[in-house]
Amino acid sequence: MAPVLELRGLRTVFATAAGELPALDGIDLAVSRGEIVALVGESGSGKSVTGFSVTGLLPSVARVVAGSVRLNGTEIAGLRGEAMRRLRGRHVAMIFQDPMMTLNPVLRIGTQMRDALFAHERMGGRAAADRLERALAEVGIAEPRARLRQYPHELSGGMRQRVAIAIALLHGPDLVIADEPTTALDVTIQGQILALVQRLAREKGTALIWITHDLAVVAGIADRIAVMYAGRIVEEGPVDAVLDSPAHPYTRGLIDSVPATHPKGQRLPQIPGRMPTLAELPDGCAFAPRCPRRSGACADRPDPAPAGGGRMVRCFHPLAEGRA
Amino acid sequence: MIEFIIRRVAQAMLVLFVMTLLVFFGVHVIGNPVYIFASSECTRECLDEIMANLGLDLPIWQQYLMFLGNLAEGDLGKSFTFGVPAMSLIWERFPATLELATASLAIAVAVGLPLGLYAGMRPDSLVSRAIMGFSMLGFSVPIFWIGLIFILTFSVRLGWLPSVGRGQTVQVFGVPVSVLTRDGLAHLVMPAFTLSLIMMSMVIRLTRAGMREVLHADYIRFARASGVRERRVIGLHAMKNILIPVVTVLGMEFASVIAFAVVTESIFSWPGVGKMLIDAIAVLDRPLIVAYLIFVVVMFVTINLCVDILYSLLDPRVRVGGGGP
Ligand SMILES: Nc1ncnc2c1ncn2[C@@H]1O[C@H](COP(=O)(O)OP(=O)(O)OP(=O)(O)O)[C@@H](O)[C@H]1O
Ligand code: SF4
Ligand SMILES: [Mg+2]
Repeated sequence: MAPVLELRGLRTVFATAAGELPALDGIDLAVSRGEIVALVGESGSGKSVTGFSVTGLLPSVARVVAGSVRLNGTEIAGLRGEAMRRLRGRHVAMIFQDPMMTLNPVLRIGTQMRDALFAHERMGGRAAADRLERALAEVGIAEPRARLRQYPHELSGGMRQRVAIAIALLHGPDLVIADEPTTALDVTIQGQILALVQRLAREKGTALIWITHDLAVVAGIADRIAVMYAGRIVEEGPVDAVLDSPAHPYTRGLIDSVPATHPKGQRLPQIPGRMPTLAELPDGCAFAPRCPRRSGACADRPDPAPAGGGRMVRCFHPLAEGRA
Repeated sequence: MIEFIIRRVAQAMLVLFVMTLLVFFGVHVIGNPVYIFASSECTRECLDEIMANLGLDLPIWQQYLMFLGNLAEGDLGKSFTFGVPAMSLIWERFPATLELATASLAIAVAVGLPLGLYAGMRPDSLVSRAIMGFSMLGFSVPIFWIGLIFILTFSVRLGWLPSVGRGQTVQVFGVPVSVLTRDGLAHLVMPAFTLSLIMMSMVIRLTRAGMREVLHADYIRFARASGVRERRVIGLHAMKNILIPVVTVLGMEFASVIAFAVVTESIFSWPGVGKMLIDAIAVLDRPLIVAYLIFVVVMFVTINLCVDILYSLLDPRVRVGGGGP
């Protein structure tokens, strides 16, 4: 069976004063039915741009210039207008980071949900209300009928994110792209939302892309992980293999800088330097300026190559544990 | 809410008090209206008699106290020129001004909103730049100049539109209205458009700025990501957020448009309160000037209150204190 989503050589550029800069430079990624893939990487690595490239919601200065985006086997790259709208909400949905900002402050929850419902289905007012109440109950919201008449500011952050999830799942989409949906929430609420989304995705067989920089979250929720750096996926594979024995020096650095993985009392190692901006990307391996393992070979661009444990890595000198 | 209204009214009272004080003594300093009314043959005795009739023979502070006393009883005094209660003169003229101001508000919104929306959605297009240039002009070109150019073009040169007065009116609930007759409408178009230009420019700018900001908001992206149709995203989800500042500013502006329709009314000889004020100032008709200014202050307070209520209807976040519709 074809994967729900398949990205091949996806390239997205931003038009800037300095010319067209590649925010995504050859992304390959596949997500199957019922699978949860975590997309991780430092700020600015292109995680959100990947999500928006799929759903056709890039800012006006950005566009997909090459590669393919297949949803259920159908090419959708470059689809626009009504054709793209028909897919959104029904086949692919998104959840965003800040639940304060995701819901419209001046519209009732019911109005916003009804608009999302009527985007793809026609039904009477009574049937619609029932449907929305069930959707809210499903994400664990008490007294759904009363909620429909409330405004977002009358709900807590966690509750708002539940509403956003209910809207995203309204039409039972094949793919959900969740862009840091728990980052803005309290730790306890984070856990609840995480468990909720995981359960719903598993129950319905929804493919899920979970964007985050929190590796602790990844370990708990994902089946596979894709690590992004400067617009490329540098390592990708089953979550246990990658987290236990990373092959790419960047993945290693990310894991080492998580407090929980490190012995107490020692200084937390950080990856030196910072990610290059789009305008200052080096020709070869983009990680080379920060990489402890770099060599002369790294002035060329590494291609993705298979490494141990069913994974892929983009590096001339992958770490030994990662070798087959 | 009640406390808020009371505070507003108290503020208005203070403003009223200071304003009457200023106007009263200000007009007194400028000159004695008797010399304007009295014919040149009038002797000293005749002048004294007129002054006594109008109460102008008393010391100014005494006049002021009397005025306050009458005001407390709701009496704003009689116009020096017309000899009838000042308030009744204002009520007689006010419908014309209100009609002019309402028509110009309608034009400002009907033209400004779509232009602003377009300019906000395509900020870099040539048309948008033209729209923004137009709104710049609307702000910076003086009204009387525009009014005169209109008259020169459409009345004098082309002969399409009349340039003086209200034209034929019909009574609606006992109030004369121009907009319902062809002739009245023809008279209304130019002054209303002239008066609307500043408001229109404001609407264009506010709408454009609002649109640009709102289009980047997460909730718009989320609505789109949920498949909501573009027409609905713009027409409701974005629009309701954009309208909040537009309504607020327009509401405030509407009061000043009524109060300061003076210039437009003078140019087009529109028989409203603005023109009346100019005439009253010319003859130092103090009761009429004071009554008009009191009327304006009360109107400002009332309109601002209405705006606040409207604002709380549009923005659920400001409906505090459990109340709210
Ligand atoms: N509107 C824009 N104009 C120009 N460049 C942009 C714009 N939006 C994003 N970029 C660039 O695209 C790159 C990828 O950004 P993206 O938002 O995908 O990062 P991210 O991985 O989601 O980061 P974060 O963790 O901060 O959300 C960044 O280098 C950023 O500078
Ligand atoms: S290719 Fe070279 S520079 Fe890049 S990550 Fe691998 S070792 Fe480091
Ligand atoms: Mg992001």
